[in-house]
Amino acid sequence: MRIETYERMFMILAALMLALGIVGIAIGALVAGVHVPSPAGRVDPRALSSTPPFDQPGLRDLGNSKYEAVIVARAWQFQPNEIEVPVGSTVTFTLASTDVIHGFVLAGTNANVMVIPGQIAQVTARFDQPGEYVWVCHEYCGFGHHQMYGKVVVR
Amino acid sequence: MSATARAQAAAGGGAVAREGFFLAEQLWPIKGQLALALIGLALGGLMGLMQALDRVGIVIYKSMLLQSYYQGLTIHGVLLAFLFTFGFGNAFVSLMAIRGFERPLASTFLVQGAFWTMLVGTVLAAYAILRNQATVLFTFYAPMRASSLFYLGAALLVVSTLLTMLNLVLTRRAWQREHPGERTPLLGFVSVVTYVMWALASLGVVVLVIFLLLPWQLGWIDTTDPQFNRILFWYTGHAIVYFWLMPAYISWYLLVPRQVGGRVFSDSLVRLVFILLLIFSVPTGLHHQYVDPGIPTVMKVVHLFTTFSVVYPSLFTAFTVMAALEDGGRARGGRGLLGWIWKLPWGDPSVAAQLLAMLVFILGGATGIVNASYNLNNVVHNTSFIPGHFHMTVGTAVALSFIGITYWLIPYLSGRELMGRRLALAQAWLWFVGILLFARGQIAAGLLGEPRRTSIGEAPYRDLISAGLDNWLTAIGGTLMVVSGALYFVVIVWTLLAGRRLSQPLEIPLAEMRFGARETAPLWDRLGFWFLIAVILVVIAYVPLFVLYLPLNSVSPPIKVY
Repeated sequence: MRIETYERMFMILAALMLALGIVGIAIGALVAGVHVPSPAGRVDPRALSSTPPFDQPGLRDLGNSKYEAVIVARAWQFQPNEIEVPVGSTVTFTLASTDVIHGFVLAGTNANVMVIPGQIAQVTARFDQPGEYVWVCHEYCGFGHHQMYGKVVVR
Repeated sequence: MSATARAQAAAGGGAVAREGFFLAEQLWPIKGQLALALIGLALGGLMGLMQALDRVGIVIYKSMLLQSYYQGLTIHGVLLAFLFTFGFGNAFVSLMAIRGFERPLASTFLVQGAFWTMLVGTVLAAYAILRNQATVLFTFYAPMRASSLFYLGAALLVVSTLLTMLNLVLTRRAWQREHPGERTPLLGFVSVVTYVMWALASLGVVVLVIFLLLPWQLGWIDTTDPQFNRILFWYTGHAIVYFWLMPAYISWYLLVPRQVGGRVFSDSLVRLVFILLLIFSVPTGLHHQYVDPGIPTVMKVVHLFTTFSVVYPSLFTAFTVMAALEDGGRARGGRGLLGWIWKLPWGDPSVAAQLLAMLVFILGGATGIVNASYNLNNVVHNTSFIPGHFHMTVGTAVALSFIGITYWLIPYLSGRELMGRRLALAQAWLWFVGILLFARGQIAAGLLGEPRRTSIGEAPYRDLISAGLDNWLTAIGGTLMVVSGALYFVVIVWTLLAGRRLSQPLEIPLAEMRFGARETAPLWDRLGFWFLIAVILVVIAYVPLFVLYLPLNSVSPPIKVY
């Protein structure tokens, strides 16, 4: 098969470019510690109100400036839809859906996860600046989807 | 045909008379599918206006007789992502196969069947959507409930593409019997590869609709597993973008070079690109599910690598297509490093639309690599960054190329001269300016956390995400694209109603090769072999996932939320 010099050069350059991309991703994951959400267990959406920890949604203080926010997603609200933590807190958001697929993105952060019926979703964010942080449902979940949001108040 | 002429044609060049292999009974269903595609483009595109204005709080869905923003969004997605692309693909690629193999399609029954199936599928799905019984967007994620007619309609649209696939494969086989020992003509080869890739890719959504969704919606089974449904949906859901893109690639690789007076760089590289697309398009679906909670991380990493592999042939495209364009520009007297660019026939609306589509595809591809980049995807997943990205790929690289193709295809099929050439040029440039503003707005808003497929105009948190200026850019850019679409239909209707009869029929613009098929390794023709490799990669990418994921977690009854 005939491959022209220019073709060959371009093929090598393109492969190098993609390899560099993979290296960048690896640095992001292994050095900077940016990971994608991993499986956190299964749950029955029909029995969510009697399944711990979702039977008692809300904020739990785990000590050492660590918190867990247990949030139930249903059409079309988060429960709770507001939590308050001190500056310097690390919050793990643990979510589950009672009905259709929802989503969770904490605007301006890396915390982004799908909330799929049957699966427990978990992401973590650290809050070093005081202020209000908005999270929204980012998967279409019906007529009132755009009303579904919540807030982290950092003091 | 003489042996020399046949060899020349097999190498991809040479003028061939129309008579003989274009049969009237095969042309009408091809025209019919093209018409359905353009109806889809018109109605689906019109919804874009409602969506664009919604970004800045102008909520007009009620005056468009819609029950909700999301009903309009469903029309937009289903008509553009399924009907427009499938209809155009079936029509255009069938025509390219006839031209490429220089023989009629193997089966008139199949090409007519594809048309009727598409028509019935469109009517069923449209009925369900317009009655607000299927406001589930084009992704129809379980456990959202929609009318069974919607699933049946969507399934029939897929069936029409599979009938076309079968016809193309049979046509290639018939050609092989008629030309023992000869190399498959390049145009015929890439046409068949496009649909063979889709045969493998559509498997996920076919299984999903027939074996999971329909029985569940009809009440034969009570509950389904939403996470598993999503795995099947995205098995097809990424590869489908290549099914949208490959007809445009056929034009960029083999037709546009002719339109600009250049030659294709080499037969072998084009075949290699299409073979790589066949192999790597399907085992990549999990990169749409990097933030799904139920999928083992190790499988997400596997799909990161396969996804980066499928970027490779698109990078080749940047080289090969650019080389053919440069060849044309220099043949037309272009000098210097970049002087050839200005010598390209920018005054030809078909060429201008496709060149602008290619330019936008560079940005579309770059943002696609961001989405594919595993942990980087955390920043953009399901934000408006994503529609910003795919309106540059399918919404422009594909749609504006298809529009550009119709600027010669409709005169070719109707025998009428293209009217309003300057209007057509303005249309292409307006789309180009529109998409750049639109994508700039969507991408920036997405980085700030604005969600996709959301009626931002009605959202109480609109002012909490400070994307005001970006939303204005989206609104203005999107409106310009809708206006551009309207101009397009003025040109097409004008041409069909008042275009002067062409004195002699047009020819399909098929480019010649600098290095022809004779210099390509025979293995490059072995479609069955490459299909087997593709199947093996799918097994590697998905079977371990199923093993790690199972047993199914069927916990969700159907729920209607609109």
